[in-house]
Amino acid sequence: MRKFYTLLSREVRSYFYSPIAYIVLVFFLFVSGADFYFQLSFMNQRPVSYSVQEAFFNSVFFWFAFVLIFPLITMRLFAEEFKLGTIEPLMTAPVRDWQVILSKFFGALVFYIILWLPTLIYFWVFQAVTHQPAANSIGAYCGAYLMLLLLGMFYLSVGCLASVVTKNQIVAAIISFCVITLHFFSGLISFVLNEISSSTRQLLGYFSAIEQMGTLSRGEIDTRPMVLYLSMTIVMLTLTYQAFQSRKWRL
Amino acid sequence: MIKVENLTKRYAGQTAIDDLNFEVGKGEIMGFLGPNGAGKSTTMRILSSFMPPTSGRASVAGFDIFEQSLQARAHLGYMPENVPLYNDMRVTEYLDYRAALKGVPHRRIAERVGDVKELCGLKEVEKKIIGALSKGYRQRVGLADALVHEPDLLILDEPTSGLDPNQIRQVRDLIKNLGKQHTILLSTHILPEVEMTCSRVIIINKGRIEACDTPENLLGRIRTASGVVVEAKVGSDNGAEELKKIAGVRDVIAAAEGDWQIFSLRVEADTDVREEVYRMASARHWTLRELSQRKATLEDVFVEITHPDAE
Repeated sequence: MRKFYTLLSREVRSYFYSPIAYIVLVFFLFVSGADFYFQLSFMNQRPVSYSVQEAFFNSVFFWFAFVLIFPLITMRLFAEEFKLGTIEPLMTAPVRDWQVILSKFFGALVFYIILWLPTLIYFWVFQAVTHQPAANSIGAYCGAYLMLLLLGMFYLSVGCLASVVTKNQIVAAIISFCVITLHFFSGLISFVLNEISSSTRQLLGYFSAIEQMGTLSRGEIDTRPMVLYLSMTIVMLTLTYQAFQSRKWRL
Repeated sequence: MIKVENLTKRYAGQTAIDDLNFEVGKGEIMGFLGPNGAGKSTTMRILSSFMPPTSGRASVAGFDIFEQSLQARAHLGYMPENVPLYNDMRVTEYLDYRAALKGVPHRRIAERVGDVKELCGLKEVEKKIIGALSKGYRQRVGLADALVHEPDLLILDEPTSGLDPNQIRQVRDLIKNLGKQHTILLSTHILPEVEMTCSRVIIINKGRIEACDTPENLLGRIRTASGVVVEAKVGSDNGAEELKKIAGVRDVIAAAEGDWQIFSLRVEADTDVREEVYRMASARHWTLRELSQRKATLEDVFVEITHPDAE
């Protein structure tokens, strides 16, 4: 376990060695800040039937920034080690393959959580200024941030897999970006197609991140996305492990 | 300390190493010698558990490299070729991380890292970012990393490649000192290095072991390595033809330098023709300015073994 913590702490720190962390943080804070500002000014103009959390977590702005950050966070994880050759000292140290893979995944997850922490300030400020009880509903916070965590874990594990199959960071970024956007926008199919049956529409809804976010950010804690994303994360990490091991035999 | 049995590694379609068998005893400095692409790095990567062999077995410090890979890795310090390092970490930070990763107890990390920095001469760059270090310092960081957990065995893949002559000398001295406490397997294609540091040498070519012996015995085995250099004014004589008549001389190469002729003689093993050359020169009234024997080096052994038909 100590080795895992050693690896994990290096992974987390390594984000802050490179400019990528700061670029992603600034970009993300800018987009989410702008999102919050526009949602609030919109809500100021007329009465609306949704809460500030729903508005913030379901806007186009938000989703746009959301799908972009994962390739940036995950592209270097394995690809950089392969490119620099540092995988060799790493794997000839007495560490297990799964320790390396999980440390990279959780390292990325810690950075992802750090990315989200400042957004809590938005709601705190909103609450302090408006004294709106709706903005203080604990269920909505739990639901929205739970959804962020679940979807984040899934997308980060996709990024891990993309990074382990290539030694080119750009290729890794493109693969994960394509897979993530495909998954994400497949949730929009039911909005685009009119002539699909209601059962198909319902089925698609189960996989739609946008619909799930809508539900959870209202404070309805649904267990279906939890099961879906946790199991998908495990599948992706298992595939990453397999790909990582097979690399050894193909060397 | 190292035991290799029938080790074979095939890449897609080609055999990198073919049925290797050798042993390295405790306290030995074993030199691993061979032309580029002979399979040196492949063997070392297999021994350090970085990649599995296609067939055969090997053990390090008594642990099978495949079945008990973690224990084997804990007992060896490996320095890969070209020393890949995390360029954005600082030297001390990197060594601390590596020490923890290799299971050095928490309270001993500072002491061990301090020791290896001292040993490898890294004190003056300890706060620098690795990416900003010169090649020589990177090499030393790699060596410090290999040493930090006090391994029984060191595997060093071309520890002196890309260094300048002074740095090579420093690293060589360091390795010699390390050899007092550690078993070392090092690969190189710089031959004087092997002659000076190693207690035994394996010469590998095209994935096969061609020779495995002490440097002295290898030199003894060589048949026609020694040569004699003669510089003389021979007047109107055909010097090369005359010298060839001396018993034991196999071949003469002549070159001119003004009035002087320089002859390089290749002679049979264990024969000294210098006396004969002198007699011939005085009988024919040649003016002699140099008459010297060139000792066979490991380079000659290497060339002879790896290119048997180059002559």
